[in-house]
Amino acid sequence: MYAQLIKADTTPSENTARAEDFQRRIDAGEKIEPKDWMPEGYRRTLIRQIGQHAHSEIVGQLPEGNWISRAPTLERKTILLAKVQDEAGHGLYLYCAAETLGISRDEMTEMLLDERMKYSSIFNYPTLTWADMGAVGWLVDGAAIMNQVPLQRTSYGPYARAMIRICKEESFHQRQGFDIMNRLANGTEAQKTMAQNALDRFWYPSLMMFGPSDSDSVHSEQNMAWKIKMNGNDELRQKFVDLTVPQAEYLGLKVPDDTLCWNEDKGGYDFAGPDWGEFFDVIKGNGPCNRERLEARRKAWDEGAWVRDGLLAHAEKKARRAAQEAA
Amino acid sequence: MTVSTDALFQCLLRLGDNTLILGQRLGEWCGHAPALEEDIALANTALDLMGQTRHWLTLAGEVEGKGRSEDDLAMLRDVWDFRNVLLVEQPNRDYGHTLMRQFLFDHYHLLMLRGLSESADSRLGDIAAKSVKEVTYHAERSAELIIALGDGTEESHMRMQEALDRLFPFAGELFETDAIDEDLAQHGIAPLPSSLRPAFEAQLDIVLAEATLSKPTDSFAHKGGRTGFRHTEHLGHLLASMQWLQRAYPGAQW
Repeated sequence: MYAQLIKADTTPSENTARAEDFQRRIDAGEKIEPKDWMPEGYRRTLIRQIGQHAHSEIVGQLPEGNWISRAPTLERKTILLAKVQDEAGHGLYLYCAAETLGISRDEMTEMLLDERMKYSSIFNYPTLTWADMGAVGWLVDGAAIMNQVPLQRTSYGPYARAMIRICKEESFHQRQGFDIMNRLANGTEAQKTMAQNALDRFWYPSLMMFGPSDSDSVHSEQNMAWKIKMNGNDELRQKFVDLTVPQAEYLGLKVPDDTLCWNEDKGGYDFAGPDWGEFFDVIKGNGPCNRERLEARRKAWDEGAWVRDGLLAHAEKKARRAAQEAA
Repeated sequence: MTVSTDALFQCLLRLGDNTLILGQRLGEWCGHAPALEEDIALANTALDLMGQTRHWLTLAGEVEGKGRSEDDLAMLRDVWDFRNVLLVEQPNRDYGHTLMRQFLFDHYHLLMLRGLSESADSRLGDIAAKSVKEVTYHAERSAELIIALGDGTEESHMRMQEALDRLFPFAGELFETDAIDEDLAQHGIAPLPSSLRPAFEAQLDIVLAEATLSKPTDSFAHKGGRTGFRHTEHLGHLLASMQWLQRAYPGAQW
């Protein structure tokens, strides 16, 4: 759910024999590869989804990058730096996967910067204390894994293969987040307070990562038929809560939901949903950090232009000189 | 006669503080670099430097014999106890300054580590031998970038020349040699910094020529970092953020 509210792009004119054959391949569990024929709607929806996922990795560097300079020990600093670097690497694989669909990384970047493309709502929340590095790893990466593990079986080959690599690293990220929380939860009173405060702030935004309830999500059906979306939002959210609540109990932390209770009949927890009004505010650009996040990305892009131009100019000069020497 | 414990301790702080402070500076770029590949490469370099720091400072603590860990040394010393050269504490400024700082440091660093890998003290030799592999790559990468951006567009050339003019006065300190260095060199522990200068200058001249950049003619050198006598104002701010949690919550485990 680094990809939320992905609108399926459907073009009725494509309801042809070719489209039917395409759907049969997907139903049979075949992978669609870049050179295969695909409906325009499938292609466009995938670009939107993979692009949004890639942008989320890149913008997602910022809230954690915020603590690299202040990590409390050299070991923690090293682990965090490696983690944020992994995210840049994930962004790179995903941009490459999207490029196989006929769009360039630069085009996607421009679309992020002028807000035609989105990134996950979660990265618009601030990281205020060191415990937030724990909460982000534990909850945010934990929620992301819920969605990304099934996406390893998604119908589009390059996306599925990128997901396999990404999932391996994400589970390491989640464990390091839990380890930070565990250390804090067993630390001094101030550290316990820090940990609880982070859980209080990140719990509901993490639940939002799965997107609105399926009953309110109009695009799910087509995306599920295409195997771009593998599970319902509510189903994954429930799975996340069921897995996370016992972990919070182990840590001795309280999930900020007074209605939370085990429901024997359904074999899962009953829990309060997030404030969807806040979710849509964040999506519209009114989250706590939307402006800062985009500002940081635009600054990196604009101020880096001379470097990219310089490298390109040099590569061209070199190629010209090599051609002259060969002639 | 063996080398004095204090000289060895100072030597290890000089090595570990250089990599610590430069690694910290590079970490500031994470998520903000001009291209994704650069972001990843800078984080890689920072990770190598942090790994080296941990080895140097752990050994420094052992040599000192007062029970100080790598984190005690990194997080609980104040400005006057830091032994890094002034070059590495210079702020990132634009990407050109960051790369130029890296280029100047990498080429010195590689020469120093090559010398140290033959140290009479195998503890230093082992760390240096491992680090040489990493730093060889850093030096190649930074030289390539200096050449590409020096000989890129008009703007990239101008920015790289500005960065060189600004940072060159901090290069001299890398080769400054004092009584500690002489003690170390006499016992075969570490090369004399001044002995590395000719090779450094030769490499610098090759790269700058290809990059179409002019080496400043003024040989003035700022100093005071590696003796700890007088750092720049930038170090205090860097320490304020790096050390903040350890200072705010004394004794806590993280």
